[in-house]
Amino acid sequence: MANPASPPVQETQLYAARTGVYPKAVDGFFRRFKWAVMAVTLAIYYITPWIRWDRGPYAPNQAVLVDLANRRFYMFQIEIWPHEFYYVAGLLIMAGIGLFLVTSAVGRAWCGYACPQTVWTDLFQHVERFVEGDRNAQIKLANAPWGIKKAAKRLSKWVIWLFIAFWTGGAWIMYFADAPTLTRDFWAGDAAFVAYGTVGVLTAITFIFGGFLREQVCIYMCPWPRIQTAMLDEKSLIVTYKDWRGEQRGSVKKAEKNPDAFGDCIDCNQCVAVCPTGIDIREGPQIGCITCALCIDACDNVMAQIGRPRGLIDYCTFDDAEVEKSGGQAKPILKTLLRPRTLIYFAIWGSIGLAMLFTLGQRTRLDLAVQHDRNPLYVQLSDGYVRNNYTVKLRNMETRPRQVELYISGLSQAQIWPSEGKRGDYADRLNLTLPANGVTKLRLFIAAPGDGAKQENFNIGTRPLDDDRGGARRGDSDDVIFERPVN
Amino acid sequence: MADKKYIDEATGTETVGHEWDGIQELDTPMPRWWLWSLYATIIWGVIYVILYPAWPMVNSATKGVLGWSSRGELHAEMAAVEKERAPILAALASTPLEEIAKDERLMQTAIQGGSAAFKVHCVQCHGSGADGVRMGSGYPNLNDDDWLWGGDLASLEYSIKHGIRNPDHAETRQSQMPAFGEILSGTEINNLTAYIRTISGQQKGEISNATKILFANNCASCHGKDGKGGREFGAPNLTDKIWLYGGDAAAIRTTIEKSRQGVMPRWGGRLDDVTIKMLTLYVHSLGGGEANLAKIVDEDKGKAEAGRAK
Ligand code: SF4
Ligand code: SF4
Repeated sequence: MANPASPPVQETQLYAARTGVYPKAVDGFFRRFKWAVMAVTLAIYYITPWIRWDRGPYAPNQAVLVDLANRRFYMFQIEIWPHEFYYVAGLLIMAGIGLFLVTSAVGRAWCGYACPQTVWTDLFQHVERFVEGDRNAQIKLANAPWGIKKAAKRLSKWVIWLFIAFWTGGAWIMYFADAPTLTRDFWAGDAAFVAYGTVGVLTAITFIFGGFLREQVCIYMCPWPRIQTAMLDEKSLIVTYKDWRGEQRGSVKKAEKNPDAFGDCIDCNQCVAVCPTGIDIREGPQIGCITCALCIDACDNVMAQIGRPRGLIDYCTFDDAEVEKSGGQAKPILKTLLRPRTLIYFAIWGSIGLAMLFTLGQRTRLDLAVQHDRNPLYVQLSDGYVRNNYTVKLRNMETRPRQVELYISGLSQAQIWPSEGKRGDYADRLNLTLPANGVTKLRLFIAAPGDGAKQENFNIGTRPLDDDRGGARRGDSDDVIFERPVN
Repeated sequence: MADKKYIDEATGTETVGHEWDGIQELDTPMPRWWLWSLYATIIWGVIYVILYPAWPMVNSATKGVLGWSSRGELHAEMAAVEKERAPILAALASTPLEEIAKDERLMQTAIQGGSAAFKVHCVQCHGSGADGVRMGSGYPNLNDDDWLWGGDLASLEYSIKHGIRNPDHAETRQSQMPAFGEILSGTEINNLTAYIRTISGQQKGEISNATKILFANNCASCHGKDGKGGREFGAPNLTDKIWLYGGDAAAIRTTIEKSRQGVMPRWGGRLDDVTIKMLTLYVHSLGGGEANLAKIVDEDKGKAEAGRAK
């Protein structure tokens, strides 16, 4: 019950403001690996749209191109039409299962090394160090009052960030149009509005996400950590502080005085200083950890200096942690990686890939769709024949014009002619030139004697007349219906 | 109702003073964003009422200072569409009928415009599929290859423009078959019916010389001595499989006895020339159109080349 004399109570704050994270530079095996991944992923991202690929005169010669206007997706030798979009779905499924595979084997390695947020944040942090200096200098600058020096440093940092961000947005649009042409148009002011808009939005996002939000994206905005941490199990390799070896923490001096009371951790805080998400791994596994292993590098360096074995912080599974705690030996790394769960994921992942490759090889590049006109169903002709009208769509998915023959079978004495042609010039087949890489729509008239069954099924098919280069199989329509008046 | 107000301990908020079974209601103020949204909508409402028609009066509503009306908006939109269409309609008007097919864009516009006009003006008689509503109904099927007055573009355009047996128009298509019931005897008409069904292949049997002479004397002047009809009189071909009013014995006998006179209104004067042009091309494209599209001439040279570049 309400108490009339109760004093006003302080409201609880649910939101904690961000405290700055100033990761310290570090060198070591994982840092170098991270460098390598960054170099490779960024190179792929920036360079790919500029790779040329000769597809002949009728198709674009950009190796990877998402041609939204013409609704084609080109990826090196592979060309995907809108109705083949299931290949993209397949790739997405593979990406999902690939994430299961990697996560079950080595934890959140995607987060630590390959995630764009991680890569660009890392890049931005290098720029930050280059301009402002390492951790201590950065903290000092952050606390310093605004002045010319601080403004100049901040400004030059932001300019470089903006340049990188702009370049990032610029590279993105290159995937959607011919890169050299688009670049020229872009600077000449002739590019589509959507190009400028996209670059603007992506520049802003890169600048804000990579420069200011950083680990907050990983901890608060990104849904993956929730999913990924759920996919880990006790056999996954994750970054672990071996407290059974490190505790009781104490400085080198204290430990020297009393070796038995202290563990290997000298409480130097290097592992915390280098962490890009600003957490203390010694508190155990936590959602903020992206498994980047920079703390391993930092601690290994410390251990080397004080002459103790490396691996106080290390990639280690829960199971191994238990074993090591009770004095045993961890499993060899290969055995940890190749276990039933990862192998099953790999098998599923691989079979989807193989299945997609197989169907890619099996695709027909000539496709036919026939639609019977419904109004009227048939037309009585003066010589006793009956005519049915059809709308035919022919898809030539090759990047060259094709000569094909359109034929009908299963309808006796039938005549076929295009709507612009003349009856009598054609019997049961006609020749067509199909433009490269496109859909041809035709209205076809087909006539047959009027004294037959009310409904008859027959086939319309295509047969290539030019050389049958790989994959240029003929396309057959399903059963087509021919209608006659009831007698 | 109690009206003692307290400060709630947990939240530090005043209660409204009501109490039911010991449950009290906190007097939590509206969130500020909510209040601001409310004020903004009120202000917006006032502005809206000033700018746009809002208050209903006896005959109409207040006008609003912008002078906007849905009818005015419709007129503006229609005018914009018409303005957009003007160039292509002008091009259609200035291009001769036979040349239109050479220009893919013009042709497409014509077929689509013709199809739309057909659905408004022609379906009542010819049916939505242009198949004459029903075989034997007297409304010609425009999909087939049988044309009383010709199926080339010029003939089609003439028929649409001037109509058929249009009572008050001098240039209309005109033909008249006499009602032979007043001229010939019933036996003669029966013999003629059998003769016609024989030459059209619907029945077999010997035809007497007398019947042949009867046909030559009474029918051949319009339908030709072999019964193949003639377009100068719009006389139907009696040897083919298409019957405007039905080809069975009873229907043919009635036709001979009473004659049939279908009427089609003239559309010249009611539709503009461009619409008539579009209708002509549309009807021609239905499948029965007789050659003289520029495109066909081109393609005849290549004969088997029916392919079209996109
Ligand atoms: S705790 Fe270590 S592995 Fe985890 S994010 Fe920080 S530095 Fe990377
Ligand atoms: S870097 Fe290693 S030694 Fe230093 S505090 Fe971290 S765990 Fe302890």
